[in-house]
Amino acid sequence: MKPSPFTYHAPESIAEATALLAELGDDAKALAGGQSLVPMLSLRLAAFEHLVDLNRVAGLNAIERVNGHLRLGATVRQATAEHSAEVKSSVPLLARALPHIGHFQIRNRGTVGGSIAHADPASELPAVALALDAVIEAAGPGGTRRIAASDFFVSTWETALNDGEILSAVEFPVWSGRCGFAVEELTRRHGDFAIVGTAVGVQVDGDAVTKATIALFGVGATPLRASEAEAALMAGADVAEVARAATAGLTPSDDVHASGAYRTQVAAVMVRRALTKAIQEARA
Amino acid sequence: MSDETVVQFTVNGRSRRVVVEPRKLLSDVLREDLHLTGTHVGCEHGACGACTVMVDGAAVRSCLMFAVQAAGSEVVTVEGVTPTDGTLNTFQQAMQDCHGLQCGFCTPGFVVSMTSYLADNPAPTDDDLKIALSGNLCRCTGYRGIINAARTAAGLPVPANAADGSDH
Repeated sequence: MKPSPFTYHAPESIAEATALLAELGDDAKALAGGQSLVPMLSLRLAAFEHLVDLNRVAGLNAIERVNGHLRLGATVRQATAEHSAEVKSSVPLLARALPHIGHFQIRNRGTVGGSIAHADPASELPAVALALDAVIEAAGPGGTRRIAASDFFVSTWETALNDGEILSAVEFPVWSGRCGFAVEELTRRHGDFAIVGTAVGVQVDGDAVTKATIALFGVGATPLRASEAEAALMAGADVAEVARAATAGLTPSDDVHASGAYRTQVAAVMVRRALTKAIQEARA
Repeated sequence: MSDETVVQFTVNGRSRRVVVEPRKLLSDVLREDLHLTGTHVGCEHGACGACTVMVDGAAVRSCLMFAVQAAGSEVVTVEGVTPTDGTLNTFQQAMQDCHGLQCGFCTPGFVVSMTSYLADNPAPTDDDLKIALSGNLCRCTGYRGIINAARTAAGLPVPANAADGSDH
């Protein structure tokens, strides 16, 4: 049970990395933390003739405030973000999602950008990016472009990145005012992939909810935003009603872990719990 | 297309040089090329934690990185966490005292994980410890003794009904 042979590249600049990926096309894959890619290679669920390791690319591991956003470079480790005071204070939803990823040994190596670029629909960080309307910066041989999270997740393990492009940074908007955030998920054991989960954020003014975001994961081929439920919450609906609205149109598939109907029912429970927590926090 | 590559790195304080295929996992290089067989290989896809080593001070799964990626890094395996005077480190001693090992296959992963974790988190709560231990599997299911060893090493009380590893 080992990966098939590949040629290993360790570029030291973004230009070098993207030139390699553009030249090698489908035969090459970018390697960041490797906590999803390496097991997929070892189990031979995937095989590439070339791996382009981003870990030695300069300038990709910074966490910085830029124009009202917190910008995390592609190779910022999940553990680094988890323990960052800046992440905790500026993007609490991200800080709360990170401990749900695998185990501390996985987060020591796994990257925030890699998890988002991998786009596993049951994972937390794509849902956080979608919930917060994060901006994904893609670097290619011709320069960089910015992609809204809502346009980034195409399907299971499929994103809007083109051949030759890497995710070079993710920018999370920093919310202001009286806010609350929560991540709730159902797993069999701590660290497992979620059977279903949600990432939510609210901003309140007195009794009114002035801003709301609800993203669900584990319920489809990509993370999903529950826009109608968000609007209902801002219009004054109670959380139970909002939770039902958030999950009304879902059609998650059945698998060995859970039936689609079970996922839908539990998703509503997760949304209700998460919103209750987030609203309490915002009003505290 | 997959030429062997020279990898130079430090393992347990000693400078080492190996010539390996890029696809060779760090866990296999440690065991097969450097004969450091204390690092155990269980699931080989990141689920069990038996192969945990420290790379540049952080506990990681050595089956989830290629040895070529460790070039220039400092790797510490279970062979490197024991004091040189022949004693055991705090967590190892607690494992012995609390009967934290049965067949012993998972033990190196637990030892490296918890040695690293307790160095970074010297004052964990009981819940913190259980979460920290969740990344390593013991197929003997001897978790009671292992949790008690972690509690002992962290200076936390061991509940009276869990005084040894024999009550599960």
